[in-house]
Amino acid sequence: MSMEQYILMNHLDFPILSTTIFLPLIGAIIIMFMSNEKAIKTTAFFAGIITFALSLYLFSNFRSDTHLFQLGEHIPWIPAYNVNYLLGIDGITIFLILLTTILTPICVLCSWTAIKERMKEFVICLLVMETAMIGVFCALDFILFYIFWEAMLIPMYLLIAIWGGPRKDYASIKFFIYTLFGSVFLLVAIIALYLTNGTFNIPEAMFKGYSFTFQIWVFLAFAIAFAIKVPMFPFHTWLPAAHTEAPTAGSVFLASVLLKMGTYGFMRFCLPITPNASAYFAPLMITLSVIGIIYGGLVCLSQTDMKKLIAYSSVAHMGFVTLGIFSFTLFGFHGALLQMLNHGVTTGALFLCVGIIYERTHTREIMDNAGIGKIMPIYAGFFGFFSISAFAFPGTNNFVGEIYVLIGTFAHMKLAGFLAVVGAIIAAAYMLRLLKQIVWGREDQELIKDMNTREIVYLIPLVLFVLWIGLFPKPYVGVMEKTLTHLFNQLQTILH
Amino acid sequence: MLLLPELSIFFYAVICLFFSISRKKSGITPLAMLMSLAVFILTVVSFGSNGEIFSGAYKIDQFSQTFKIIISFGLCIVVLMIGKNKEIDDEYLPEYFMFLGLSTLGLMMLISSAELISIVISLEISSYSLYAIVPLRKSQTRIQLEASFKYLFFGAISSGIMIFGMSYIYGIAHSTFLVDIIPALVQFLDKPIGILAIVLTLTGFFFKLSLFPFHFWAPDIYEGASNNTTTFIATIPKIAAAALLIRISTLALPGPVQLVNIMMVLAAFSMTIGNLVGLVQKDIKRLLAYSGIAHAGYLMLGILSMNKEGFASSMFYITIYLFMNLACFYVIVLISKKGENVKIEDLAGLSKRSPLLALLMAVGAFSLAGIPPTGGFAGKLFLLTSAFRSGHLVIVIIGAVNTVISIFYYLNLVRMSYSKESESNEPINLSVSEKVMCYIIMLIVLYMGILPYGLLNLFKIAL
Repeated sequence: MSMEQYILMNHLDFPILSTTIFLPLIGAIIIMFMSNEKAIKTTAFFAGIITFALSLYLFSNFRSDTHLFQLGEHIPWIPAYNVNYLLGIDGITIFLILLTTILTPICVLCSWTAIKERMKEFVICLLVMETAMIGVFCALDFILFYIFWEAMLIPMYLLIAIWGGPRKDYASIKFFIYTLFGSVFLLVAIIALYLTNGTFNIPEAMFKGYSFTFQIWVFLAFAIAFAIKVPMFPFHTWLPAAHTEAPTAGSVFLASVLLKMGTYGFMRFCLPITPNASAYFAPLMITLSVIGIIYGGLVCLSQTDMKKLIAYSSVAHMGFVTLGIFSFTLFGFHGALLQMLNHGVTTGALFLCVGIIYERTHTREIMDNAGIGKIMPIYAGFFGFFSISAFAFPGTNNFVGEIYVLIGTFAHMKLAGFLAVVGAIIAAAYMLRLLKQIVWGREDQELIKDMNTREIVYLIPLVLFVLWIGLFPKPYVGVMEKTLTHLFNQLQTILH
Repeated sequence: MLLLPELSIFFYAVICLFFSISRKKSGITPLAMLMSLAVFILTVVSFGSNGEIFSGAYKIDQFSQTFKIIISFGLCIVVLMIGKNKEIDDEYLPEYFMFLGLSTLGLMMLISSAELISIVISLEISSYSLYAIVPLRKSQTRIQLEASFKYLFFGAISSGIMIFGMSYIYGIAHSTFLVDIIPALVQFLDKPIGILAIVLTLTGFFFKLSLFPFHFWAPDIYEGASNNTTTFIATIPKIAAAALLIRISTLALPGPVQLVNIMMVLAAFSMTIGNLVGLVQKDIKRLLAYSGIAHAGYLMLGILSMNKEGFASSMFYITIYLFMNLACFYVIVLISKKGENVKIEDLAGLSKRSPLLALLMAVGAFSLAGIPPTGGFAGKLFLLTSAFRSGHLVIVIIGAVNTVISIFYYLNLVRMSYSKESESNEPINLSVSEKVMCYIIMLIVLYMGILPYGLLNLFKIAL
């Protein structure tokens, strides 16, 4: 297959994707040679903002009238093994990149005073993470993808292991080993595909009509890696530990971007590369998704720790995403992708909220932080807003995503759709319970300072996104439509 | 000029020997550093020479010269590592350097040997020098004496077994030249005697590589020998042993099934046992010994693929293995103030005491574990790919699973230095040259991970 058939090369004067990927890394290298803490924080913030601005420019150059990969860059890297430095984006990745770039400056802001020691190493970790995360979404070569995918583990591990909570040791190692366990199977599958195709090129591996047995094995290897990352029930146990112990910025990255890589992997690799096996395993994946939704919700109901509650709610929310993907309907795909964005925005915001209160009270217990509606009205407002968005209140972003997923699921499997609705109701129950406790739970709460300007500033963009996607999702759907329709049509031709 | 590397290292040893009768023996250190650099440069200069001497018993080609460059570079770094913290009594320093040089000489000869007798002689030259320096360590204790005795005995036994095997080979082939032996041996491969001859002969190399089941010496010797000596033993003899294994395998193409199967079983056991036992180690050198056993198993993946890609990936792997081990050992050498062994707990708080060392340790550990973007990942990728290409899926999966097992103890090294606090936070002061060394090693490990192509191509051409 010649390259023009699946990718439009970069037509700008500079390699925009590479610049976006490596700009944070350059920022990190500059910071390495700085010593003033204030200057470090400011530099990191501006590195994040410039990257975000660049990604907006990237977005303005994105063509939503084609399903091809675009803004591609190609440099041979290890010719002996046919490894290329191949980048490109499409309707699936563009928003995930934007999500990553907007969250990085927010994460720097939210750590402004929360991180007391080793600020320099902290922001270096954040920026290196950003590079790796954008890289994962841009890479169109398996090895490049795998390198970014794994390289991300190291800064994330350090974020938890150095700046984490009391059980950071346990949580960070569990996170690392779990993820690595999945990744090695990914690597074996990648090598198997390479030996079949003779190239590590990802688009060339898609829709190739491999034998069914081969697809089954490759799918299983992929699925372990991605299911751990998502995380799907029963591979979710690393998530609450990692989330609870990570510093706020780490939790935000973890919830908003890292988890998306699992579902991104399902969409980018499993569906196009192993379509028959994906369809074969779809009932299993749907079952696991539904179990995840219900189980996650039920566990949330009994949590006393705010961060743990939100962490388990991630399991439930990500269940909707995998449900959408494996419903094999166009609605489901749209819903899954929207839900990936929505979960990134909403859950990220909720973790930021927990971080704000934790910085003041140094506890994450719901009862210790209860009853702050009167003394922290602004905080209660923000927290309430994101909470109702989390259980998909109409008019917020999650409502749109979940509706799409549910329509897709009902068309395909009525029972799964019904159970997912039950899960959505449980979500309302646990989020409202949390909200009630936080706002009215106690009368005797001591005076706590309300949110300051910095904190309001970094939550405002997320509020806007919640409302924008919730009230007018059309521009988002428009951008991703061509890619998803193409994926859907290809699957239809192969499966029928 | 064919023997330029060998001659230069020989002169290095002779000069050290003369120094041993002088009064002021500590003056040898800067001289030895300079000379080892000179050896390295001369070896690089001699790259490209080609020829056979001693009627084909000694082969000088691109393959051997490439490995000689790597070995001399390794020696160079090991000698440069011997810095201010005197692990060896000044009195014995000249002899110490001499033996390091002689051992390197033996290994260089081993790489070029293409005949059984020269193989034995080179191997013994290198081994006997090492037997002599294992007990050289300040503050004599029983550990290093025990280690040196174990090394001597096990080494002698493995040499004995090897020579015994060679006698069978000679009986089968009526020749001591590898070129004649291999075709003659192929006809005997479905008979027990053929297999026995090969396996017994390879024992000597497996011993040097610390491959299962000849691995048991490694942990004790690593623990007993001084940190510098261990750095040498852990890296450079393995390069030479791997080189000769690869040379023998290239002659044996296409690999006989029986031999491949044996290698596969040994590789699987080596990886698994090395990593499992590594999990419970407390002393970093012992841990690295078990990690070395596991890595010997990984290395076999490339050799048992029995094709050019496989050999090139093994060569790549042994090279990156040298550098990632140098990274870890250099940290050990610099942390231990009086040359004592370093426990894993001693790493606690390292990131505060010396961020550079903590980073170097992290890069080394992640590379050993095979996490991108380090060279260890590139090496492992090439190994797994070539083994997979040859159809050995089982061993690929065993290797992949072993990566997960091993990450636990490698991560422990990083975890200790980054997330544990220590009681004493006194900073470790590094001199400029030490810092430069740290950066050089780190950059090489990262370079081999990010741009592995040039080196891999070089190895492929050299084969």
